[in-house]
Amino acid sequence: MNTAAVQERTNYLNESYGLKSWLLTKDHKRIAVLYFITISVFFAMGGVFASLIRTELLTPPGDLVSSETYNKLFTMHGVIMVFFFLIPSVPATMGNFFLPIMIGARDLAFPRINLLSWYLLIVGGALAIFAMVAGGVDTGWTFYTPYSTTYSNSYVIATALGIFVAGFSSILTGLNFIVTVHRMRAPGMTWFRMPLFVWANYATGVIQVLGTPVIAVTLVLVFCERVFHIGIFDPALGGDPVLFQHLFWFYSHPAVYIMVLPAMGVISELVSTFSRKPVFGYGFVAFSSMAIAVIGFLVWGHHLFVSGQSLYAGLVFSFLSYFVAIPSAIKVFNWTATLYKGSISYATPMLYAFGFIGLFTIGGLTGLFVASLGMDVHVTDTYFVIAHFHYVMVGGTIMAYLGGVHYWWPKMTGRMYPEGWAKLSALIVFIGFNLTFFPQFILGYLGMPRRYHAYPDEFQVLHVLSTAGASVLAVGYLMPAIYLFWSLRYGEVAGANPWGAPGLEWQTASPPPTHNFDKIPVVTQEAYDFSKVAGEVIEVG
Amino acid sequence: MGTRLPLFPEQASTISAEVDHLLYFLMAVSIFFTLLIFGAIFYFAIKYRRRSEQELPHSVHTGWTLEIVWSVIPFGLTMIMFGWGASIFFRESRPPDNAMQIYAVGKQWMWKLQHMEGQREINELHIPINRPVKLLMTSEDVIHSFYVPDFRTKQDVVPGRYTTTWFEATKPGKYHLFCAEYCGTNHSGMIGWVYAMEPQKYQEWLNGGAAGSLSAAGGALFEDLACNNCHKPDGNGRGPSLVGVFGSTVKLAGGGTVRADEGYIRESILNPAAKVVEGYMADMPTFQGLITEENVVQLIEYIKSLGPRPGQGQPGQAAPAIAGSIPSNR
Ligand code: HEC
Ligand code: HEM
Ligand SMILES: [Cu+2]
Ligand SMILES: [Cu+2]
Repeated sequence: MNTAAVQERTNYLNESYGLKSWLLTKDHKRIAVLYFITISVFFAMGGVFASLIRTELLTPPGDLVSSETYNKLFTMHGVIMVFFFLIPSVPATMGNFFLPIMIGARDLAFPRINLLSWYLLIVGGALAIFAMVAGGVDTGWTFYTPYSTTYSNSYVIATALGIFVAGFSSILTGLNFIVTVHRMRAPGMTWFRMPLFVWANYATGVIQVLGTPVIAVTLVLVFCERVFHIGIFDPALGGDPVLFQHLFWFYSHPAVYIMVLPAMGVISELVSTFSRKPVFGYGFVAFSSMAIAVIGFLVWGHHLFVSGQSLYAGLVFSFLSYFVAIPSAIKVFNWTATLYKGSISYATPMLYAFGFIGLFTIGGLTGLFVASLGMDVHVTDTYFVIAHFHYVMVGGTIMAYLGGVHYWWPKMTGRMYPEGWAKLSALIVFIGFNLTFFPQFILGYLGMPRRYHAYPDEFQVLHVLSTAGASVLAVGYLMPAIYLFWSLRYGEVAGANPWGAPGLEWQTASPPPTHNFDKIPVVTQEAYDFSKVAGEVIEVG
Repeated sequence: MGTRLPLFPEQASTISAEVDHLLYFLMAVSIFFTLLIFGAIFYFAIKYRRRSEQELPHSVHTGWTLEIVWSVIPFGLTMIMFGWGASIFFRESRPPDNAMQIYAVGKQWMWKLQHMEGQREINELHIPINRPVKLLMTSEDVIHSFYVPDFRTKQDVVPGRYTTTWFEATKPGKYHLFCAEYCGTNHSGMIGWVYAMEPQKYQEWLNGGAAGSLSAAGGALFEDLACNNCHKPDGNGRGPSLVGVFGSTVKLAGGGTVRADEGYIRESILNPAAKVVEGYMADMPTFQGLITEENVVQLIEYIKSLGPRPGQGQPGQAAPAIAGSIPSNR
């Protein structure tokens, strides 16, 4: 047996075997693994769509696929990436796995509901995949009316239903986290001793619970109009098409924070561990998450600056959008300050954290461009906006996701990933990312509209650069898929605390036992107190 | 493969340079902060790199001062961004009174444009330079968006209502017109050109067109559709007289008033029951589905041309005033 060292103890992986023991598990760690597998599949699907889109855009005329197909590709890319990858990404996987352990709990508050939320994601995903296989959907992930309700001849209902069901998965996860943080903290784990990852997921939970029902209702209204021709959004039926945009963005703006807040939580952990210092301005970082959760609900109208909403609504939404930028800036400054006089390691997760901070900075700063009314009129619905949100969601969230996966990989699997390959792939991801998306800022300012199957010649050079970048990026994403899989069997065996980190998750075995701790810990220190662990930094390091 | 690599769009309208200046400011701030953050990360990462596995750095105390400094300074900068962007937006949202008006109708997947003088264009728009042009736009189906990058202007075109945009071209040329709001299969084919011309060239172009003015076409429709059975100039019909109604304030049954702009006239024709004039029965039939958005535009222009009500001043809404070209227009 080649895995002797790992298998000596019983842990959550070897406690029982067989498909049934996984599909009926109530263990948050196993459910997290189920989520990992599921969303990796979704990510791969979304990635294939993206590659096709980028290949089509190599040349100005629409020559690789038809316009119908192209429109379905970008719609399915968006739907899959947003609703089935980014929204569940960090919370459902690493949040599920580590939130209870980090606060010293044996599981989430509602283990069965946790399993139910995974099944809901599967059902929602199955509906969306059914829609794709049956013929696809072509409304864009934004489902603007009356196109989606009256004019589109594609599988809008099945897709909307899929998102509706997946929404409940998200609500239940959020609810579970909120209750767990309130009720299940170990003795001594006060609110201000919680790791910032927990704060971030808590704030996210609030958004999920308050925001997601709105998109659910909105999709029901789309359903009613499309199927029963009840006039809600289509002016031909007496409805108001812009009403849809208000409802949609009332959820979807906060949803961008569902996608990025947990990622910010990951970064706080990484920056602290790999500088061996508490996060600078802990309280500010914690409260900025809560501030984002609240203010995030007040800015949706910045997606409607040219929709015909009133001039004054535009002014108010622009003004408020700047308020939501400040807490994000505070986080970036505090992470950077954490490095000051630290003991900085260049392990792979830290490289991803550096990448996140840099790219999120650019993404956030360009958010300031699009929040400025006179500027947004020109760049809205162009590649500028595409670049902006890919900088935050791919440059931000996915960087943090990969950083977190590498960081906690030894804990989750008991094995180290191969450091050299991992560093190389982090570098490739960073380069590929910038090459893909930076030219899109220029394209957007030049006036290249988004969702265009064919485009004028003068945009070609920049599109070619972007496609070249996408190929590099694809390599960067494929590498971890391979070496992480490889490491499950051949990776070096990791000890309990390979990074010398103080979090509770590092005080239990790798992989953790089913009930997380042999004895519930009693917490006596602040978060990120390295004074107790530094001496025993050993093992793999 | 195209070898041109433009990095900036042309500045072809009065607003272009203003938007570009705002861009330079935003870029300056962004480059400063990006360099600051990247620089700090590199500097710290090298200076404080881990030298031994046992190393335990001293913790650094968090001060309020720093936190306040790096919240307040960025906030101040963002307020400049807000104010600057808002002031440009104010200008973009308010067409000057002397703007000449053109109607635009978006439809899957083409742009239909109608000049007051009656010229109709598809996916092409001819305009004079140095003269504000206001577009009054609607859609026959889904939402589209009228976008001319070189003018830095964009406005969604929404079915069921009029939206407006305006611009003043500053140099003659041929500029891209894009649909910027995804509208279905051939969205990327919903493109065209704006031709900005010297005023006299524009006049020649106008004269080259054959069609009669919009209001004349509207007048003919008004009879064909038998509007005139109910709407008589002296008001002795089932409906009110439409003379001078445009730009006036209409009293509504059940209280309240409404300013009779293009949106109101359009609604009165397509959805008459929505707002009923005081003292009349709601017995005007709807023309929804019977006439196109272009017909509606013609009717509106006809009603506008009926001139001010006796004893009332000029209606407030700006009307085109190309010298001598539209005698019927007030
Ligand atoms: C059967 C008679 C009838 C016909 C035909 C008719 N209307 Fe009317 N119209 C009315 C009545 C009655 C009102 C006032 C009640 C209301 O506002 O609906 C009205 C109101 C209006 C108003 C609002 C007037 C105001 O003072 O605010 C406009 C504009 C109008 N009609 C235009 C038209 C046009 C254009 C046509 C032809 C396409 C037309 N109408 C055909 C009966 C008619
Ligand atoms: C830091 C402050 C930020 C500000 C001020 C900001 C502002 C804006 C504005 C005004 C728009 C609308 C642009 C337009 O459509 O014309 C926008 C679009 C968008 N932003 Fe941000 N943003 C910020 C951060 C983020 C973050 C953190 C995320 C995601 C994690 C994000 C994701 C998006 C997405 C997905 C869109 C466009 C969606 C679409 O139209 O398909 N933004 N942002
Ligand atoms: Cu937003
Ligand atoms: Cu379009």
